[in-house]
Amino acid sequence: MQPFETFRGAVMPLDRANVDTDAIIPKQFLKSIQRTGFGANLFDEWRYLDHGEPGQDCAGRPLNPDFVLNDPRYGKAKILLARHNFGCGSSREHAPWALADHGFRVLIAPSFADIFRQNAIKNGLLPIVLDEQTIDALFALAGGAVPLEIEVDLKGQRLQPSSGEPIAFEIDAFHRHCLLNGLDDIGLTLERADEIAAYEQRRQQQVPWLFASAAT
Amino acid sequence: MAAQTNPPRTLFDKIWDDHIVRTDEHDTALLYIDRQLVHEVTSPQAFEGLRLAGRKPRRPEANLAVPDHNVPTSDRHLGIVDPISRLQVETLEANCREFGIQLFAMGDPRQGIVHVIGPEQGLTQPGMTVVCGDSHTSTHGAFGALAFGVGTSEVEHVLATQCLLQRKPKSMLVSVDGELGRGITAKDVVLAIIGEIGTAGGTGHVIEYAGDAIQALSMEGRMTVCNMSIEAGARAGLIGIDEKTIDYLRDRPRSPKGEVFEQAADYWRSLNSDPGAEYDRVVRIDAANIRPQVTWGTSPEMVVPVDSEVPNPDAVADPVKAGSYRHALTYMGLEPLTPIAEIGIDKVFIGSCTNGRIEDLRAAAEVAKGRHVADSVMLAMVVPGSGLVKQQAEAEGLDRIFIDAGFEWRDPGCSMCLAMNADRLEAGERCAATSNRNFEGRQGQGGRTHLVSPAMAAAAAVAGRFVDVREF
Ligand code: SF4
Repeated sequence: MQPFETFRGAVMPLDRANVDTDAIIPKQFLKSIQRTGFGANLFDEWRYLDHGEPGQDCAGRPLNPDFVLNDPRYGKAKILLARHNFGCGSSREHAPWALADHGFRVLIAPSFADIFRQNAIKNGLLPIVLDEQTIDALFALAGGAVPLEIEVDLKGQRLQPSSGEPIAFEIDAFHRHCLLNGLDDIGLTLERADEIAAYEQRRQQQVPWLFASAAT
Repeated sequence: MAAQTNPPRTLFDKIWDDHIVRTDEHDTALLYIDRQLVHEVTSPQAFEGLRLAGRKPRRPEANLAVPDHNVPTSDRHLGIVDPISRLQVETLEANCREFGIQLFAMGDPRQGIVHVIGPEQGLTQPGMTVVCGDSHTSTHGAFGALAFGVGTSEVEHVLATQCLLQRKPKSMLVSVDGELGRGITAKDVVLAIIGEIGTAGGTGHVIEYAGDAIQALSMEGRMTVCNMSIEAGARAGLIGIDEKTIDYLRDRPRSPKGEVFEQAADYWRSLNSDPGAEYDRVVRIDAANIRPQVTWGTSPEMVVPVDSEVPNPDAVADPVKAGSYRHALTYMGLEPLTPIAEIGIDKVFIGSCTNGRIEDLRAAAEVAKGRHVADSVMLAMVVPGSGLVKQQAEAEGLDRIFIDAGFEWRDPGCSMCLAMNADRLEAGERCAATSNRNFEGRQGQGGRTHLVSPAMAAAAAVAGRFVDVREF
């Protein structure tokens, strides 16, 4: 994973609550066995007027002019501003893969669904939770003729919008540490192999049936 | 003794504490995972990750794999026609061979929806941690297991290390007190809970369900309730252990046997919240107030009793909420204040990991028996949750009841719950479904889903519209 560095990016406002993972990446695209290439199908059913299928070239598909992603103002947006419970629904990691593949780096909302938030962090996407009032204010700014830009400083836990006051945000210390250093969780955990083995030995005494060979 | 001065703990606390390998300076626990279930959609990239890093599964025997999302539910002898679906299922088979993981392949009578077969095989046991790359892993919490869905990176993490890095979620008690009315099922209970607390109501929490009405549910019913914890925003749902739990587990293929079973059962009986244990949040629901539920919108919290009507967004004070109500009504093709009982349907889907178990099929068959699907309903399908559920249903003659009533009797899989196979809604079609999500496009682009219980779905099939099954 790439370490997360301070950057400045444009904000795309998606003014809907409870945006679910089926909307972020519809199920037909889950048939892929790859980790990449989901960006063109991000928000597929809202973004295009026709029905999308995997493997199709999206360049010639009819765009829905009313969907915010197709608004030229937000073509280069790296920050997605959303409403509460963003990412609810399934555990598909294809949702953060699609968001990241499209170019988003930061998601801002009043709340995120738990599994989605974990998946986002594992893919170097930073989910930031802010209170409803601040979100409302950002929506008001982001809807203008000139897109709102925000400088995101994860180390300082601070957002600096192109207009207005800086905004502090909270983030779990462990997640912050992983994002800032681009750490691979599995590598970290494997360093604890001895402790895992000791745990297994202890449990094997207490609850042996959990370790009986499971195959039938 | 020191143990007696310990504060009372919840069931969730006990399972959590038992699985901590270590805790780091950020308060993140390295949590041991006893069981992982694997399916074809969320695993290929995890196996690929292992391969690229030259890693092996730590305990291959702690995993079980099954294809369910993409499998066809008819004409299985033809194989999987869609080449992309076929590739995904074949990739799962190849990965299981390469990494030594047991697989219930499509032709195996034990194949089925991952959350149906785990309990059915006795793979899910009290006090365990269970994960799967699927949000409805919460189902397994019905057995007093801490079971939650994970993403593909975490699937890989568990394969490689048998552990996960987790912050402890908060705890929430949902107590459904008193007795359920006649004809009210577990599905109505959980939809009513979601209607009450909202789809984000459980975010950051593990829900424990308790109260007389939950105790009175069968294991199948408890699984239905825990299954939809994720629709309430919770990572997991769980229910304490009683003799029903233990009886269900006796003689399952993967349950402990003989003396070891008795030893395990003694331990399982200790897996309940201590009296006086504290929760971060408590919600109490009066069972007597729960009526048969029907969702009207595009989120499971958009739910009302069958004897009421579609809400009016103009009467909703919160502008964001009113906006999402309007959006949902447009998508669903419904007018405000339409009585639920006047909504006609085109298709019916009975199945899924929420309601695809034997008890669900019995409830639907009881309503369908001696009746016929309405002419206006173009397709009513029953998809058993597993091959073994299908066998059992056929042994009881339920298949005949359904077929005689004009339902299609299919092979097990996720089917029209998410329409990754050929079973789907066309744009504008309206479906009474026993599954768990009514999101836009969930059952096919432009499709309109109303979530109900199996009995309500069968009654809707016969009437061609929603009806109150209590008066049916
Ligand atoms: S039945 Fe539906 S909800 Fe359950 S695992 Fe399959 S797709 Fe997911």
